[in-house]
Amino acid sequence: MPIAAISALFLVWEIACRAFAIPSYIIPAPSAIWTETTALPGNVAWHTMVTTKTVLLGFLVSLLVSLPLAVLLTSSPLVAAAVYPLLVLTQAIPKVALAPILVVVLGTSELPRVVVTFLVAFFPLVLSIASGLVSVPPELIELGRACKANRWTELWRIRLPFAVPFIFSGLKAAIALAVVGAVVAEFVNSDAGLGYLIQTSTAFFKVQLAWGALIILSIMGIVLFQIVVAIERIFFPWSPGIDKQTL
Amino acid sequence: MSAYVIEIQNVSKHFVSRDRDRVAALIDVSVSIRRNEFVCLVGPSGCGKSTLLRLVGGLLPVSQGRVMIDGRPVLEPRAETGIVFQSPTLLPWASVLDNVLFPLKMMKRIAPDSPGRARSLLKLVGLEDFEGKYPRELSGGMQMRTGICRALVHDPDILLMDEPFSSLDALTREELTLELMRIWREQPKTVLFVTHSILESVMLADRVVVLSPRPGRIAEIVPVDVPRPRQFGMEALDEFQRAAGRIRELIFGAGRDTVH
Repeated sequence: MPIAAISALFLVWEIACRAFAIPSYIIPAPSAIWTETTALPGNVAWHTMVTTKTVLLGFLVSLLVSLPLAVLLTSSPLVAAAVYPLLVLTQAIPKVALAPILVVVLGTSELPRVVVTFLVAFFPLVLSIASGLVSVPPELIELGRACKANRWTELWRIRLPFAVPFIFSGLKAAIALAVVGAVVAEFVNSDAGLGYLIQTSTAFFKVQLAWGALIILSIMGIVLFQIVVAIERIFFPWSPGIDKQTL
Repeated sequence: MSAYVIEIQNVSKHFVSRDRDRVAALIDVSVSIRRNEFVCLVGPSGCGKSTLLRLVGGLLPVSQGRVMIDGRPVLEPRAETGIVFQSPTLLPWASVLDNVLFPLKMMKRIAPDSPGRARSLLKLVGLEDFEGKYPRELSGGMQMRTGICRALVHDPDILLMDEPFSSLDALTREELTLELMRIWREQPKTVLFVTHSILESVMLADRVVVLSPRPGRIAEIVPVDVPRPRQFGMEALDEFQRAAGRIRELIFGAGRDTVH
């Protein structure tokens, strides 16, 4: 059904472009996008790989930072009061504005792009992991205490497993945001990637290629999201998943 | 060495509420429980019966007085005590078998024969074919049975039960009451059982501790002389009627001046 809907959309788009003779530098027809994008398959694939790498690295860093950060946030009210405003600050900073400054600080490498991706993606992840860790029913905590659990075993055996569905809802939000973050970073500083491709091809009025890159980015977002969903289904089959839970 | 396993001596418990008021939950409660005795705690909602159970379980500290088990004061949860909570409190990510084994894993007491022991407990409650299932695939009664197996898996000498059957339907409840009596007969333990059902308490207990409304004090300890093994249908017996009548009187019937 979703495939039928999307095919129909492309069909209407194609027909509209031809019927109203819309100039291709404003809105190109899907067929033109296809021809132009697949003209240099190796080139486009390489740009896609570069962006995917930034997205995945930023996503991974988000997860690696968010887990301990969420544990820290929920460990005591004092720590939460100290750390939480800093977290909000990182979200208040406009990432597009921060990106060029980061390039100055960190150099024109992959690093500032990964940092921007991470900054865009990690916040909802921290929040959902933290809310998972604190929403363990008090009776489960009592059970742990009755079984002589210490703080560490309580975290490892009760709180973290309980938080798994929350962690995944955060991961689903984070992977979508990581794509956004990577493209923003590429706009500011890069010599490769789909964000870079969009920027350079629009500069040279190769609008079809820019549209092609945009469509590839959308597909990338969907595929990565579905991979996260699949990992949850396969490794945590007891998790209620997206159907029972709000993101 | 005293003849009692659990000694609750002049125990009071108060909580500090949000606006810094001290709220008394229990005042000057004293009960002594013999080895392998089945004692029920009955009282109106909010009388502190669950609090008393948590004091015995070492999950809460006493404010005054002391709780002793085997002559030693209870200062923290004790490994040889099993607890069954009001809701089954199963781990949603673990299979039935792993849920039953959970206390052993937490206390690092898992032995090669532990799964065998867990399976025989599951068999005892008729869940032998469900060990690989997840909690959400079980009915409420089956979840509670799993919770009971978990409380028994490390072979505790004391079993604390906090209104374990209150969330179940009436039929499952009767079924589990009978099952619990059978388990207790086969594996005798000292049981402290909190309930707000008078019939349930008389059905199960050797003695029923009746608590007054909040703050909880002991109104009376009512002995139950109904012969064992007990079954449903014994409600008509004189001994049953006498005990149930007395408990009812203590909770509802008598005016302020007749409560001890």
